Amino acid sequence: MTSTEEVESISEKSERLLNISMGPQHPSTHGVFRMKAVLDGETVVKLTPVFGYLHRNHEKLAERTSYLGNMPYTDRLDYFCSLTNNWAYALSVERLAGIEVPERAEYLRVITAELTRLQNHLAFLGFLLNDMGVWATVLIYGFREREKILDLFESLTGARMMCNYMRFGGCRCDVPDGWVEEAKRITDELPGVLDELEQLLTDNEIVVARTQGVGTVPGRKAINAGLTGPVLRASGVNYDVRKVDSYGVYDRFDFSVPLGSVGDCYDRFMLRLLEMRQSLNILKAALNELPSGPIINPKAKNRNLRPPAGEAYGRIESPKGELGFYLVSDKSGTPYRYRVRPPSLVNLTLLEDMCVGQKVADVVVILGSIDIILGEVDR
Amino acid sequence: MLDLETIIKRVQEAVPSCRIELVSNESHSGHHSLLVDDGHAVEVARFLRDAPDICLDYASNVTGIDWLNSTVKEKVPVTETVEGEEKVNEKTVEKTVPGYLEVVYHLYSMRLKQGPVILRMRTGNRDPDVHLPSLTPVYRSAELQEREVYDLFGIVFDGHPDMRRLLMWEEFEDHPMRKDYFPPEESDESPIDEQARPKQ
Repeated sequence: MTSTEEVESISEKSERLLNISMGPQHPSTHGVFRMKAVLDGETVVKLTPVFGYLHRNHEKLAERTSYLGNMPYTDRLDYFCSLTNNWAYALSVERLAGIEVPERAEYLRVITAELTRLQNHLAFLGFLLNDMGVWATVLIYGFREREKILDLFESLTGARMMCNYMRFGGCRCDVPDGWVEEAKRITDELPGVLDELEQLLTDNEIVVARTQGVGTVPGRKAINAGLTGPVLRASGVNYDVRKVDSYGVYDRFDFSVPLGSVGDCYDRFMLRLLEMRQSLNILKAALNELPSGPIINPKAKNRNLRPPAGEAYGRIESPKGELGFYLVSDKSGTPYRYRVRPPSLVNLTLLEDMCVGQKVADVVVILGSIDIILGEVDR
Repeated sequence: MLDLETIIKRVQEAVPSCRIELVSNESHSGHHSLLVDDGHAVEVARFLRDAPDICLDYASNVTGIDWLNSTVKEKVPVTETVEGEEKVNEKTVEKTVPGYLEVVYHLYSMRLKQGPVILRMRTGNRDPDVHLPSLTPVYRSAELQEREVYDLFGIVFDGHPDMRRLLMWEEFEDHPMRKDYFPPEESDESPIDEQARPKQ
Protein backbone atom coordinates (compact mmCIF):
# COMPACT_ATOMS: atom_id res chain seq x y z
CA MET A 1 0.00 0.00 0.00
CA THR A 2 1.25 3.41 -0.88
CA SER A 3 0.64 5.93 1.80
CA THR A 4 -1.13 9.21 1.00
CA GLU A 5 2.01 11.20 1.68
CA GLU A 6 3.97 9.20 -0.87
CA VAL A 7 1.30 9.71 -3.52
CA GLU A 8 1.41 13.40 -2.84
CA SER A 9 5.17 13.52 -3.13
CA ILE A 10 5.06 11.68 -6.47
CA SER A 11 2.47 14.06 -7.91
CA GLU A 12 4.42 17.00 -6.53
CA LYS A 13 7.50 15.64 -8.20
CA SER A 14 5.75 15.08 -11.52
CA GLU A 15 4.72 18.71 -11.47
CA ARG A 16 8.33 19.65 -10.99
CA LEU A 17 9.59 17.48 -13.86
CA LEU A 18 10.43 19.13 -17.12
CA ASN A 19 10.32 17.46 -20.53
CA ILE A 20 12.87 18.74 -23.00
CA SER A 21 13.78 17.67 -26.48
CA MET A 22 17.44 17.86 -27.49
CA GLY A 23 17.94 17.70 -31.21
CA PRO A 24 17.54 16.69 -33.95
CA GLN A 25 18.76 20.15 -34.95
CA HIS A 26 21.26 20.72 -32.18
CA PRO A 27 24.99 21.16 -32.77
CA SER A 28 26.00 18.87 -29.92
CA THR A 29 24.10 15.85 -31.25
CA HIS A 30 26.71 15.28 -33.98
CA GLY A 31 24.13 15.28 -36.73
CA VAL A 32 20.43 14.60 -36.61
CA PHE A 33 20.06 12.68 -33.37
CA ARG A 34 17.33 13.43 -30.88
CA MET A 35 17.03 12.78 -27.16
CA LYS A 36 13.85 13.23 -25.18
CA ALA A 37 14.94 14.01 -21.64
CA VAL A 38 12.93 14.33 -18.45
CA LEU A 39 14.61 16.62 -15.97
CA ASP A 40 14.21 17.14 -12.25
CA GLY A 41 15.84 20.51 -11.84
CA GLU A 42 19.03 20.00 -13.79
CA THR A 43 19.24 16.26 -13.12
CA VAL A 44 18.25 13.77 -15.82
CA VAL A 45 15.52 11.38 -14.65
CA LYS A 46 14.76 9.68 -17.94
CA LEU A 47 16.26 9.87 -21.41
CA THR A 48 14.86 8.35 -24.59
CA PRO A 49 16.93 8.43 -27.75
CA VAL A 50 15.03 8.87 -31.03
CA PHE A 51 16.63 7.44 -34.14
CA GLY A 52 15.96 7.46 -37.83
CA TYR A 53 16.29 11.06 -39.02
CA LEU A 54 19.06 10.04 -41.43
CA HIS A 55 17.59 6.65 -42.33
CA ARG A 56 17.71 5.81 -46.03
CA ASN A 57 17.54 2.02 -45.80
CA HIS A 58 21.12 1.41 -46.84
CA GLU A 59 20.58 -2.35 -46.55
CA LYS A 60 17.63 -2.48 -48.95
CA LEU A 61 19.51 -0.38 -51.50
CA ALA A 62 22.49 -2.70 -51.16
CA GLU A 63 20.32 -5.76 -51.79
CA ARG A 64 19.40 -4.29 -55.18
CA THR A 65 22.97 -3.48 -56.20
CA SER A 66 25.86 -5.65 -57.31
CA TYR A 67 28.51 -6.67 -54.80
CA LEU A 68 31.03 -4.26 -56.30
CA GLY A 69 28.46 -1.49 -56.65
CA ASN A 70 28.04 -1.48 -52.87
CA MET A 71 31.69 -0.67 -52.21
CA PRO A 72 31.40 3.11 -52.76
CA TYR A 73 28.14 3.12 -50.82
CA THR A 74 29.86 1.77 -47.70
CA ASP A 75 31.87 5.03 -47.64
CA ARG A 76 28.65 6.79 -46.65
CA LEU A 77 28.06 4.76 -43.48
CA ASP A 78 30.65 6.25 -41.17
CA TYR A 79 31.69 9.08 -43.45
CA PHE A 80 34.74 9.93 -41.33
CA CYS A 81 36.18 6.44 -41.76
CA SER A 82 35.39 5.29 -45.28
CA LEU A 83 38.52 3.15 -45.52
CA THR A 84 37.67 0.96 -42.55
CA ASN A 85 34.12 0.56 -43.88
CA ASN A 86 35.58 -0.57 -47.21
CA TRP A 87 37.79 -3.05 -45.43
CA ALA A 88 35.00 -4.59 -43.36
CA TYR A 89 32.85 -5.06 -46.45
CA ALA A 90 35.72 -6.43 -48.54
CA LEU A 91 36.62 -8.81 -45.71
CA SER A 92 33.09 -10.24 -45.58
CA VAL A 93 32.86 -10.71 -49.33
CA GLU A 94 36.31 -12.32 -49.36
CA ARG A 95 35.15 -14.76 -46.67
CA LEU A 96 31.96 -15.46 -48.57
CA ALA A 97 33.65 -16.09 -51.90
CA GLY A 98 36.98 -17.44 -50.62
CA ILE A 99 39.25 -14.76 -52.10
CA GLU A 100 42.90 -14.47 -51.04
CA VAL A 101 44.51 -11.05 -50.62
CA PRO A 102 48.16 -10.43 -51.63
CA GLU A 103 50.60 -9.28 -48.98
CA ARG A 104 51.18 -5.76 -50.26
CA ALA A 105 47.45 -5.09 -50.32
CA GLU A 106 47.15 -6.31 -46.72
CA TYR A 107 49.85 -3.85 -45.70
CA LEU A 108 48.19 -1.01 -47.60
CA ARG A 109 44.94 -1.86 -45.83
CA VAL A 110 46.62 -1.73 -42.43
CA ILE A 111 48.31 1.59 -43.27
CA THR A 112 45.12 3.24 -44.53
CA ALA A 113 43.04 1.84 -41.65
CA GLU A 114 45.43 3.13 -38.98
CA LEU A 115 45.62 6.54 -40.67
CA THR A 116 41.81 6.51 -40.59
CA ARG A 117 41.86 5.72 -36.87
CA LEU A 118 44.27 8.60 -36.25
CA GLN A 119 42.23 11.19 -38.10
CA ASN A 120 38.99 9.93 -36.51
CA HIS A 121 40.40 10.20 -33.00
CA LEU A 122 41.91 13.62 -33.68
CA ALA A 123 38.52 14.87 -34.81
CA PHE A 124 36.90 13.10 -31.85
CA LEU A 125 39.05 15.03 -29.37
CA GLY A 126 38.13 18.30 -31.03
CA PHE A 127 34.41 17.57 -31.06
CA LEU A 128 34.45 16.35 -27.44
CA LEU A 129 36.10 19.56 -26.30
CA ASN A 130 33.59 21.49 -28.42
CA ASP A 131 30.87 19.73 -26.44
CA MET A 132 32.50 20.92 -23.23
CA GLY A 133 32.43 24.48 -24.45
CA VAL A 134 36.01 24.95 -25.63
CA TRP A 135 34.64 26.26 -28.85
CA ALA A 136 36.84 25.24 -31.82
CA THR A 137 40.28 25.61 -30.17
CA VAL A 138 41.07 21.91 -29.89
CA LEU A 139 39.00 21.16 -32.96
CA ILE A 140 41.24 23.35 -35.09
CA TYR A 141 44.37 21.66 -33.66
CA GLY A 142 42.84 18.28 -34.47
CA PHE A 143 41.68 19.31 -37.92
CA ARG A 144 45.12 20.76 -38.73
CA GLU A 145 46.61 17.29 -38.37
CA ARG A 146 43.62 15.53 -39.89
CA GLU A 147 44.04 17.70 -42.97
CA LYS A 148 47.48 16.21 -43.60
CA ILE A 149 46.08 12.69 -43.42
CA LEU A 150 43.19 13.60 -45.73
CA ASP A 151 45.75 14.96 -48.20
CA LEU A 152 47.43 11.55 -48.08
CA PHE A 153 44.08 9.89 -48.80
CA GLU A 154 43.47 12.27 -51.66
CA SER A 155 46.76 11.55 -53.37
CA LEU A 156 46.26 7.79 -52.88
CA THR A 157 42.57 7.34 -53.70
CA GLY A 158 41.50 10.56 -55.40
CA ALA A 159 39.06 11.47 -52.65
CA ARG A 160 39.48 12.92 -49.21
CA MET A 161 36.55 11.28 -47.45
CA MET A 162 34.65 9.04 -49.87
CA CYS A 163 37.72 6.97 -50.69
CA ASN A 164 36.18 3.85 -52.29
CA TYR A 165 39.65 2.34 -52.19
CA MET A 166 39.37 -1.38 -51.50
CA ARG A 167 38.34 -4.15 -53.82
CA PHE A 168 37.63 -7.83 -53.26
CA GLY A 169 41.09 -9.40 -53.18
CA GLY A 170 43.11 -6.22 -52.71
CA CYS A 171 43.10 -2.49 -53.30
CA ARG A 172 42.13 -0.33 -56.26
CA CYS A 173 45.44 1.39 -56.98
CA ASP A 174 49.03 1.42 -55.79
CA VAL A 175 50.66 4.26 -53.87
CA PRO A 176 51.97 7.13 -56.02
CA ASP A 177 55.66 8.07 -56.00
CA GLY A 178 56.79 9.62 -52.76
CA TRP A 179 53.60 8.71 -50.90
CA VAL A 180 55.28 6.36 -48.44
CA GLU A 181 57.94 8.98 -47.62
CA GLU A 182 55.26 11.61 -47.06
CA ALA A 183 53.28 9.21 -44.86
CA LYS A 184 56.45 8.48 -42.86
CA ARG A 185 57.10 12.19 -42.42
CA ILE A 186 53.58 12.76 -41.09
CA THR A 187 53.83 9.70 -38.84
CA ASP A 188 57.08 11.03 -37.40
CA GLU A 189 55.55 14.44 -36.73
CA LEU A 190 52.44 13.16 -34.98
CA PRO A 191 53.96 12.09 -31.63
CA GLY A 192 54.92 15.73 -31.05
CA VAL A 193 51.34 16.79 -31.78
CA LEU A 194 50.02 14.18 -29.37
CA ASP A 195 52.44 15.42 -26.70
CA GLU A 196 51.07 18.89 -27.25
CA LEU A 197 47.46 17.73 -27.01
CA GLU A 198 48.18 15.69 -23.89
CA GLN A 199 49.90 18.61 -22.25
CA LEU A 200 46.97 20.82 -23.12
CA LEU A 201 44.18 18.46 -22.10
CA THR A 202 44.96 15.60 -19.74
CA ASP A 203 45.51 17.71 -16.62
CA ASN A 204 43.25 20.51 -17.71
CA GLU A 205 41.06 21.49 -14.78
CA ILE A 206 37.93 21.92 -16.88
CA VAL A 207 38.37 18.61 -18.73
CA VAL A 208 38.90 16.77 -15.45
CA ALA A 209 35.91 18.44 -13.79
CA ARG A 210 33.60 17.79 -16.70
CA THR A 211 34.58 14.17 -17.42
CA GLN A 212 35.78 12.37 -14.31
CA GLY A 213 33.05 10.28 -12.70
CA VAL A 214 30.58 11.25 -15.45
CA GLY A 215 28.69 8.56 -17.35
CA THR A 216 30.40 5.59 -15.69
CA VAL A 217 29.80 2.12 -17.15
CA PRO A 218 31.00 -1.02 -15.33
CA GLY A 219 32.74 -3.64 -17.49
CA ARG A 220 30.21 -6.46 -17.07
CA LYS A 221 27.33 -4.23 -18.07
CA ALA A 222 29.30 -2.98 -21.07
CA ILE A 223 29.87 -6.55 -22.30
CA ASN A 224 26.21 -7.48 -21.96
CA ALA A 225 25.11 -4.33 -23.77
CA GLY A 226 27.46 -5.12 -26.65
CA LEU A 227 29.57 -1.99 -26.35
CA THR A 228 32.71 -2.27 -28.44
CA GLY A 229 35.78 -0.31 -29.32
CA PRO A 230 37.21 2.45 -27.11
CA VAL A 231 33.94 2.72 -25.15
CA LEU A 232 34.25 -0.91 -24.05
CA ARG A 233 37.96 -0.81 -23.35
CA ALA A 234 37.54 2.32 -21.23
CA SER A 235 35.53 0.08 -18.88
CA GLY A 236 38.55 -2.19 -18.53
CA VAL A 237 37.52 -5.02 -20.85
CA ASN A 238 40.45 -6.21 -22.93
CA TYR A 239 38.78 -6.89 -26.26
CA ASP A 240 40.16 -5.62 -29.53
CA VAL A 241 39.13 -7.43 -32.73
CA ARG A 242 42.61 -6.75 -34.14
CA LYS A 243 44.03 -8.97 -31.38
CA VAL A 244 41.19 -11.40 -30.68
CA ASP A 245 39.92 -12.23 -34.16
CA SER A 246 42.97 -11.10 -36.09
CA TYR A 247 42.31 -10.14 -39.69
CA GLY A 248 44.69 -8.94 -42.40
CA VAL A 249 48.28 -8.90 -41.16
CA TYR A 250 47.68 -7.38 -37.71
CA ASP A 251 49.30 -10.41 -36.05
CA ARG A 252 52.66 -9.25 -37.45
CA PHE A 253 52.69 -5.96 -35.59
CA ASP A 254 53.68 -5.29 -32.04
CA PHE A 255 51.09 -3.09 -30.35
CA SER A 256 49.31 -3.05 -27.04
CA VAL A 257 45.67 -2.47 -26.20
CA PRO A 258 45.21 0.46 -23.79
CA LEU A 259 42.59 -0.09 -21.09
CA GLY A 260 40.66 2.18 -18.79
CA SER A 261 39.81 1.37 -15.19
CA VAL A 262 36.78 3.46 -14.22
CA GLY A 263 34.76 3.57 -17.44
CA ASP A 264 33.84 7.24 -17.21
CA CYS A 265 34.06 9.96 -19.86
CA TYR A 266 37.65 10.75 -18.85
CA ASP A 267 38.74 7.15 -19.51
CA ARG A 268 37.01 7.17 -22.87
CA PHE A 269 38.77 10.43 -23.73
CA MET A 270 42.22 9.25 -22.53
CA LEU A 271 41.84 5.94 -24.31
CA ARG A 272 41.66 7.64 -27.69
CA LEU A 273 44.88 9.52 -26.95
CA LEU A 274 46.62 6.29 -25.95
CA GLU A 275 45.19 4.39 -28.92
CA MET A 276 46.66 6.93 -31.32
CA ARG A 277 50.15 6.17 -29.95
CA GLN A 278 49.62 2.47 -30.66
CA SER A 279 48.34 3.25 -34.16
CA LEU A 280 51.54 5.20 -34.76
CA ASN A 281 53.59 2.14 -33.72
CA ILE A 282 51.69 -0.03 -36.21
CA LEU A 283 51.99 2.60 -38.94
CA LYS A 284 55.71 3.02 -38.48
CA ALA A 285 56.31 -0.73 -38.75
CA ALA A 286 53.91 -1.17 -41.68
CA LEU A 287 55.41 1.70 -43.68
CA ASN A 288 58.94 0.36 -43.12
CA GLU A 289 58.08 -3.23 -43.97
CA LEU A 290 55.73 -2.53 -46.92
CA PRO A 291 56.56 -5.42 -49.29
CA SER A 292 56.56 -5.18 -53.06
CA GLY A 293 54.24 -7.23 -55.19
CA PRO A 294 50.74 -7.08 -56.67
CA ILE A 295 48.09 -4.98 -54.96
CA ILE A 296 45.18 -7.14 -56.03
CA ASN A 297 44.70 -10.86 -56.45
CA PRO A 298 44.65 -11.33 -60.26
CA LYS A 299 42.20 -14.23 -59.92
CA ALA A 300 39.73 -12.23 -57.86
CA LYS A 301 36.55 -11.36 -59.70
CA ASN A 302 35.08 -7.98 -58.87
CA ARG A 303 32.65 -7.19 -61.65
CA ASN A 304 29.74 -9.64 -61.90
CA LEU A 305 30.84 -11.41 -58.76
CA ARG A 306 28.48 -14.28 -57.93
CA PRO A 307 29.64 -15.88 -54.70
CA PRO A 308 28.57 -19.47 -53.95
CA ALA A 309 25.38 -19.82 -51.90
CA GLY A 310 25.91 -19.41 -48.19
CA GLU A 311 26.62 -16.74 -45.65
CA ALA A 312 29.55 -15.00 -44.00
CA TYR A 313 30.13 -12.53 -41.19
CA GLY A 314 33.25 -10.41 -41.22
CA ARG A 315 34.13 -7.93 -38.51
CA ILE A 316 36.93 -5.46 -37.95
CA GLU A 317 37.98 -3.01 -35.27
CA SER A 318 36.84 0.27 -36.77
CA PRO A 319 37.73 3.50 -34.93
CA LYS A 320 34.24 3.52 -33.38
CA GLY A 321 34.06 -0.14 -32.41
CA GLU A 322 33.29 -3.48 -33.97
CA LEU A 323 32.06 -2.98 -37.52
CA GLY A 324 30.61 -6.12 -39.06
CA PHE A 325 29.06 -7.07 -42.37
CA TYR A 326 26.76 -10.08 -42.59
CA LEU A 327 26.13 -11.30 -46.12
CA VAL A 328 23.88 -14.04 -47.47
CA SER A 329 24.37 -15.11 -51.06
CA ASP A 330 21.89 -16.98 -53.25
CA LYS A 331 24.42 -17.35 -56.09
CA SER A 332 23.05 -14.28 -57.86
CA GLY A 333 24.89 -11.05 -58.59
CA THR A 334 23.31 -9.13 -55.72
CA PRO A 335 23.48 -10.06 -52.04
CA TYR A 336 20.29 -11.77 -50.83
CA ARG A 337 20.85 -10.25 -47.41
CA TYR A 338 23.26 -7.47 -46.60
CA ARG A 339 23.51 -6.35 -43.02
CA VAL A 340 25.74 -3.77 -41.39
CA ARG A 341 26.48 -4.24 -37.71
CA PRO A 342 26.86 -0.58 -36.76
CA PRO A 343 29.10 0.05 -33.73
CA SER A 344 27.73 3.58 -33.30
CA LEU A 345 24.15 2.32 -32.89
CA VAL A 346 24.92 -0.53 -30.49
CA ASN A 347 27.18 1.72 -28.40
CA LEU A 348 24.11 3.90 -27.75
CA THR A 349 22.32 1.03 -25.96
CA LEU A 350 23.51 2.27 -22.58
CA LEU A 351 23.04 6.00 -23.27
CA GLU A 352 20.13 6.29 -20.88
CA ASP A 353 21.94 4.34 -18.14
CA MET A 354 24.94 6.63 -18.52
CA CYS A 355 22.90 9.82 -18.37
CA VAL A 356 20.33 9.16 -15.62
CA GLY A 357 21.38 10.94 -12.45
CA GLN A 358 23.75 13.27 -14.28
CA LYS A 359 23.22 16.93 -15.03
CA VAL A 360 21.72 17.87 -18.37
CA ALA A 361 24.94 19.55 -19.46
CA ASP A 362 26.75 16.23 -18.93
CA VAL A 363 24.47 14.50 -21.45
CA VAL A 364 26.23 16.43 -24.18
CA VAL A 365 29.65 15.32 -22.92
CA ILE A 366 28.54 11.69 -22.49
CA LEU A 367 27.17 11.57 -26.04
CA GLY A 368 30.38 13.15 -27.30
CA SER A 369 32.50 10.60 -25.43
CA ILE A 370 30.73 7.67 -27.12
CA ASP A 371 31.72 9.03 -30.54
CA ILE A 372 28.73 8.31 -32.78
CA ILE A 373 28.20 9.19 -36.38
CA LEU A 374 24.66 9.39 -37.66
CA GLY A 375 25.39 8.04 -41.12
CA GLU A 376 26.10 4.76 -39.38
CA VAL A 377 23.52 4.92 -36.57
CA ASP A 378 20.58 5.43 -38.92
CA ARG A 379 21.96 3.90 -42.13
CA MET B 1 36.49 -23.51 -28.83
CA LEU B 2 33.99 -26.30 -28.43
CA ASP B 3 32.69 -27.60 -31.72
CA LEU B 4 29.03 -27.18 -32.55
CA GLU B 5 28.24 -30.91 -32.11
CA THR B 6 29.45 -30.73 -28.52
CA ILE B 7 27.53 -27.52 -27.90
CA ILE B 8 24.35 -29.18 -29.23
CA LYS B 9 24.88 -32.12 -26.85
CA ARG B 10 25.49 -29.82 -23.91
CA VAL B 11 22.40 -27.75 -24.72
CA GLN B 12 20.26 -30.88 -24.96
CA GLU B 13 21.52 -32.01 -21.56
CA ALA B 14 20.79 -28.62 -20.01
CA VAL B 15 17.45 -27.92 -21.71
CA PRO B 16 16.13 -31.44 -22.41
CA SER B 17 12.90 -30.55 -24.21
CA CYS B 18 14.41 -28.12 -26.74
CA ARG B 19 14.82 -28.85 -30.41
CA ILE B 20 18.20 -27.73 -31.70
CA GLU B 21 19.80 -28.65 -34.99
CA LEU B 22 22.83 -27.79 -37.06
CA VAL B 23 22.32 -25.64 -40.16
CA SER B 24 25.28 -26.08 -42.44
CA ASN B 25 26.70 -23.33 -44.60
CA GLU B 26 28.41 -24.27 -47.84
CA SER B 27 30.26 -21.00 -48.41
CA HIS B 28 33.97 -20.53 -47.81
CA SER B 29 33.38 -18.88 -44.46
CA GLY B 30 32.43 -22.22 -42.89
CA HIS B 31 30.14 -20.43 -40.44
CA HIS B 32 27.64 -23.13 -39.52
CA SER B 33 24.80 -22.21 -37.23
CA LEU B 34 22.34 -23.64 -34.71
CA LEU B 35 18.59 -23.56 -35.30
CA VAL B 36 16.69 -23.34 -32.01
CA ASP B 37 12.97 -23.74 -31.53
CA ASP B 38 11.38 -20.52 -30.37
CA GLY B 39 9.82 -22.06 -27.27
CA HIS B 40 13.20 -22.65 -25.64
CA ALA B 41 15.42 -20.03 -27.27
CA VAL B 42 15.67 -17.82 -24.18
CA GLU B 43 16.63 -20.77 -21.97
CA VAL B 44 19.19 -21.95 -24.53
CA ALA B 45 20.70 -18.47 -24.84
CA ARG B 46 20.89 -18.13 -21.07
CA PHE B 47 22.65 -21.49 -20.83
CA LEU B 48 25.13 -20.56 -23.57
CA ARG B 49 25.89 -17.31 -21.78
CA ASP B 50 26.26 -18.75 -18.30
CA ALA B 51 27.97 -22.13 -18.87
CA PRO B 52 31.57 -21.40 -17.79
CA ASP B 53 33.30 -23.30 -20.61
CA ILE B 54 31.05 -21.87 -23.37
CA CYS B 55 30.52 -18.38 -21.93
CA LEU B 56 29.03 -16.65 -24.98
CA ASP B 57 28.67 -13.38 -23.10
CA TYR B 58 28.45 -11.04 -26.07
CA ALA B 59 25.83 -10.89 -28.84
CA SER B 60 27.50 -8.99 -31.63
CA ASN B 61 25.02 -8.93 -34.46
CA VAL B 62 21.26 -9.43 -34.51
CA THR B 63 19.42 -9.35 -37.78
CA GLY B 64 16.53 -10.78 -39.76
CA ILE B 65 16.25 -12.51 -43.11
CA ASP B 66 13.12 -12.81 -45.22
CA TRP B 67 12.85 -16.08 -47.12
CA LEU B 68 10.14 -16.06 -49.78
CA ASN B 69 8.15 -19.08 -50.90
CA SER B 70 10.41 -21.14 -53.10
CA THR B 71 9.87 -23.99 -55.50
CA VAL B 72 12.21 -26.92 -55.31
CA LYS B 73 12.45 -29.40 -58.15
CA GLU B 74 12.69 -32.97 -56.93
CA LYS B 75 13.14 -36.11 -58.93
CA VAL B 76 10.74 -38.79 -57.81
CA PRO B 77 10.92 -42.38 -59.12
CA VAL B 78 7.60 -43.41 -60.68
CA THR B 79 6.78 -46.97 -61.64
CA GLU B 80 4.84 -47.13 -64.90
CA THR B 81 3.48 -50.10 -66.79
CA VAL B 82 4.02 -49.67 -70.51
CA GLU B 83 2.84 -52.53 -72.76
CA GLY B 84 2.90 -55.06 -69.96
CA GLU B 85 6.44 -54.14 -68.86
CA GLU B 86 7.16 -52.34 -65.61
CA LYS B 87 9.54 -49.42 -65.95
CA VAL B 88 10.92 -47.13 -63.31
CA ASN B 89 11.07 -43.59 -64.62
CA GLU B 90 12.19 -40.45 -62.91
CA LYS B 91 9.69 -37.69 -62.85
CA THR B 92 10.42 -34.10 -61.87
CA VAL B 93 7.96 -32.76 -59.35
CA GLU B 94 7.83 -29.15 -58.27
CA LYS B 95 7.38 -28.68 -54.57
CA THR B 96 6.56 -25.39 -52.90
CA VAL B 97 8.50 -24.63 -49.75
CA PRO B 98 6.58 -22.06 -47.73
CA GLY B 99 8.46 -18.88 -46.91
CA TYR B 100 9.44 -17.84 -43.43
CA LEU B 101 11.26 -15.12 -41.53
CA GLU B 102 14.46 -15.84 -39.70
CA VAL B 103 16.39 -14.05 -36.96
CA VAL B 104 20.15 -14.56 -36.70
CA TYR B 105 22.26 -13.88 -33.61
CA HIS B 106 26.07 -13.85 -33.81
CA LEU B 107 27.35 -14.73 -30.35
CA TYR B 108 30.94 -14.40 -29.17
CA SER B 109 32.75 -14.92 -25.92
CA MET B 110 34.60 -11.84 -24.74
CA ARG B 111 36.01 -13.64 -21.71
CA LEU B 112 37.31 -16.70 -23.55
CA LYS B 113 37.92 -14.69 -26.74
CA GLN B 114 36.13 -17.24 -28.91
CA GLY B 115 33.36 -17.38 -31.42
CA PRO B 116 31.22 -17.02 -33.32
CA VAL B 117 28.36 -19.34 -32.46
CA ILE B 118 25.41 -18.43 -34.63
CA LEU B 119 21.86 -18.92 -33.33
CA ARG B 120 18.85 -18.84 -35.62
CA MET B 121 15.13 -18.81 -34.97
CA ARG B 122 12.45 -19.22 -37.61
CA THR B 123 8.81 -18.22 -37.83
CA GLY B 124 6.28 -20.61 -39.32
CA ASN B 125 5.17 -18.26 -42.09
CA ARG B 126 5.47 -14.75 -43.48
CA ASP B 127 2.29 -13.29 -42.01
CA PRO B 128 2.32 -9.57 -41.21
CA ASP B 129 2.17 -10.31 -37.49
CA VAL B 130 4.69 -13.02 -36.60
CA HIS B 131 6.11 -13.49 -33.13
CA LEU B 132 9.44 -14.74 -31.80
CA PRO B 133 10.85 -14.58 -28.27
CA SER B 134 13.17 -11.70 -27.49
CA LEU B 135 16.71 -12.41 -26.33
CA THR B 136 17.08 -8.89 -24.89
CA PRO B 137 16.59 -10.17 -21.31
CA VAL B 138 19.73 -12.27 -21.87
CA TYR B 139 21.72 -9.93 -24.11
CA ARG B 140 21.04 -6.24 -23.70
CA SER B 141 22.92 -5.62 -26.96
CA ALA B 142 19.91 -7.07 -28.79
CA GLU B 143 17.68 -4.25 -27.52
CA LEU B 144 18.11 -1.74 -30.34
CA GLN B 145 18.87 -4.36 -32.96
CA GLU B 146 15.67 -6.34 -32.24
CA ARG B 147 13.74 -3.09 -32.48
CA GLU B 148 15.31 -2.59 -35.89
CA VAL B 149 14.30 -6.12 -36.96
CA TYR B 150 10.74 -5.44 -35.80
CA ASP B 151 10.73 -2.14 -37.67
CA LEU B 152 12.11 -3.38 -40.96
CA PHE B 153 10.96 -7.04 -41.03
CA GLY B 154 7.83 -7.01 -38.90
CA ILE B 155 8.79 -9.69 -36.39
CA VAL B 156 7.30 -8.92 -32.98
CA PHE B 157 9.68 -9.92 -30.18
CA ASP B 158 7.77 -11.17 -27.13
CA GLY B 159 9.42 -10.18 -23.88
CA HIS B 160 11.20 -7.16 -25.31
CA PRO B 161 11.05 -4.28 -22.82
CA ASP B 162 10.41 -1.56 -25.42
CA MET B 163 8.98 -2.99 -28.64
CA ARG B 164 8.72 0.10 -30.85
CA ARG B 165 9.93 1.03 -34.30
CA LEU B 166 13.55 2.19 -34.37
CA LEU B 167 14.19 3.94 -37.67
CA MET B 168 10.85 4.51 -39.38
CA TRP B 169 8.27 6.78 -37.80
CA GLU B 170 5.49 5.38 -35.60
CA GLU B 171 2.69 5.97 -38.13
CA PHE B 172 4.49 4.03 -40.86
CA GLU B 173 2.58 0.86 -41.62
CA ASP B 174 4.75 -1.49 -43.65
CA HIS B 175 8.05 -3.28 -43.09
CA PRO B 176 10.47 -2.16 -45.80
CA MET B 177 13.06 -4.94 -45.60
CA ARG B 178 10.55 -7.63 -46.55
CA LYS B 179 11.36 -8.91 -50.00
CA ASP B 180 7.86 -8.23 -51.33
CA TYR B 181 7.76 -4.63 -50.13
CA PHE B 182 7.45 -1.88 -52.69
CA PRO B 183 7.34 1.76 -51.73
CA PRO B 184 4.03 3.36 -52.75
CA GLU B 185 5.51 5.36 -55.66
CA GLU B 186 6.81 2.21 -57.30
CA SER B 187 3.70 0.05 -57.07
CA ASP B 188 1.45 -0.58 -60.08
CA GLU B 189 -1.53 1.06 -58.41
CA SER B 190 0.32 4.33 -58.25
CA PRO B 191 -1.98 7.33 -58.64
CA ILE B 192 0.59 8.88 -60.96
CA ASP B 193 -0.16 6.79 -64.05
CA GLU B 194 0.33 7.44 -67.73
CA GLN B 195 -2.69 9.74 -68.01
CA ALA B 196 -1.52 12.05 -65.30
CA ARG B 197 1.98 12.43 -66.70
CA PRO B 198 2.63 15.58 -68.76
CA LYS B 199 2.84 14.84 -72.47
CA GLN B 200 6.18 15.44 -74.09
